Amino acid sequence: MRVTRLLATAMKSILRNRMRSLLTMLGIIIGVASVIDMVAVGKGAQVQIEDQISAMGSNMVMIWPGAASSRGRQMGAGSRQTLKLDDAEKLQRECPLVTAASAISRTSGQVISSSGNWQTTVYGVSPSYLTIREWELQSGVSFTERDIRASAKKAILGKAVSEELFGDQDPIGAKIRIRNVPFTVIGLLKSKGNSSAGQNQDDIILAPVTTVMNRLSGSRWVNQIVVSVTDMNLMDEAQNQIESVLRQSHRIPLHEENDFRIMNQTEMMDRATQMTGVMTLLLGAIAGVSLVVGGIGIMNIMLVSVTERTREIGIRMAIGARGSDILMQFLVESVVLSVMGGVIGIAVAWSLAWAADSFLGLRTEIVPSTIALAFIFSAAVGVFFGFYPARKASMLDPIDALRYE
Amino acid sequence: MIVGIKNLTKTYTMGDVSVKALRGINLSVDEGEFVAIMGASGSGKSTLMNIIGCLDRPTGGTYTLLSHNAGILNRKELASIRNSHIGFVFQSFNLIPRTTALENVELPVHYRHGIPSVKARKLARESLERVGLGERIHHVPNQLSGGQQQRVAIARALVNDPAILLADEPTGALDSHTSVEVMALFQELNAQGKTVIVVTHEPDIARYTKRIIRMRDGTIISDQKVDTPRSALKDLAVLKQEII
Repeated sequence: MRVTRLLATAMKSILRNRMRSLLTMLGIIIGVASVIDMVAVGKGAQVQIEDQISAMGSNMVMIWPGAASSRGRQMGAGSRQTLKLDDAEKLQRECPLVTAASAISRTSGQVISSSGNWQTTVYGVSPSYLTIREWELQSGVSFTERDIRASAKKAILGKAVSEELFGDQDPIGAKIRIRNVPFTVIGLLKSKGNSSAGQNQDDIILAPVTTVMNRLSGSRWVNQIVVSVTDMNLMDEAQNQIESVLRQSHRIPLHEENDFRIMNQTEMMDRATQMTGVMTLLLGAIAGVSLVVGGIGIMNIMLVSVTERTREIGIRMAIGARGSDILMQFLVESVVLSVMGGVIGIAVAWSLAWAADSFLGLRTEIVPSTIALAFIFSAAVGVFFGFYPARKASMLDPIDALRYE
Repeated sequence: MIVGIKNLTKTYTMGDVSVKALRGINLSVDEGEFVAIMGASGSGKSTLMNIIGCLDRPTGGTYTLLSHNAGILNRKELASIRNSHIGFVFQSFNLIPRTTALENVELPVHYRHGIPSVKARKLARESLERVGLGERIHHVPNQLSGGQQQRVAIARALVNDPAILLADEPTGALDSHTSVEVMALFQELNAQGKTVIVVTHEPDIARYTKRIIRMRDGTIISDQKVDTPRSALKDLAVLKQEII
């Protein structure tokens, strides 16, 4: 029999039992749609995290103090205090590949204005910090090197802090008190929204690093140093330069480990990709199981269909259908059934992803290869689970089949 | 000679019991014959018909259909012989349900490989016209009367121009008037040269044929030529007058 004829016969049989065909297809529809959408959600998360990492700044290298250990017990990242304000200045001076460096000294505290109060995190940074992070001011100015030297009591507010303290009013020039230390607001940051961890990136105050260390935290150590490098491709070389400058500065003997950790954006990106990749794979695999369950549904219905049509099979054999003709008839039927389910599943996946994106704000990224994969897989499910019933039909004895009631 | 059967036996084994359905049949049928195979149920006539129709294989003896030694062919070869040389007509019509008359008749052509759809449709139409069903070809079986369904089945049997038309109790599910109509159709086809074998237990039906073979307990007990078969057409004319 010709392929077109086989397809027509299969379609007729599927349309004859619409409800049953639809329910059978539902298994494949759900399977295909969930594979595509699960991977889309995973991929969406990955893209979002990558966007955020690259939004952190350009060609950025981050340096943290190393882990303290007492009697062989590692205390975890940042448990030691090894980074000094000097280190940042040294990096900028001595590493040719470093364009800008800024120490960060973090503290939190209650902030009071004339019209409100709010607890937030104060970042003590140097003027280059805004350049490194690629943050922009909505209004006002940034502080200068002179402010750093003078430990000037000037502050730049994040959008959220400004709203809490001043409402809709322009905060520039206003006085605030951070932990009872008076500051003058000189700038307002542009809004950046939430980070991948769900943290509000606008809930922040920037102040000169020296001011924070001397007047607020009283610490000699900084929490972190961020550095921006001239070229993305020179990241490794820059990292080596940074490492040797810091080792020298910290007087670390040749065979001892670093008392600090370095990580660049590419590494962060790699880690995030790795993590979300595992998640995507896991989600896809779970969804794949439902596709297999859908296949079993097809097999079940095809077996029923073969039994129901035993007499028809007998008639077809009597008028000259070979076993292979009968095999093809049922195989094509199950493949058409599963491929139709696959196509509908793709459409469903598409609309669900779109709906999640536009109504729930859940970032989804449909991966074209999963569509192809899900489609091929659904056809394969049709062949695999359709083969046994079709084979059973083709092996029937024509006389027995003709007598079947 | 179209059908040549020598010492044909068929034994069914069910567990420990074996049943001898055919015990040494010798039979030959020439082209253009109109044969009735008669016998009570259990006489072996259906088994013989299944073997002649290549649905079943004999246990012993030889069966030659045209030039094929049909007794030793495999499933696939038997299927293609059934497709091109045998036209089956069944008691219960055996049309494929929810499928139009035309599509039912086309089906054997589709199982013949390499025939374009347009040609299949044309052959099916011609075949339906030959059995007097020019219209109603787009109706599905349950929209047709018994007589019409049997005509569709005969059209389907004829569509590949087989060597033998093999009818198993073709009038068993029809009233007497329609039965005579169907026999008239067989007589007409036979007059055109088609070899027809009818299996029946009704003497009324057998008398329209040209040769009557009687079977009992798996053997042929008589094989008679009928000198002047009844004309189904004449009987139909009489029946018509009776109704008026």
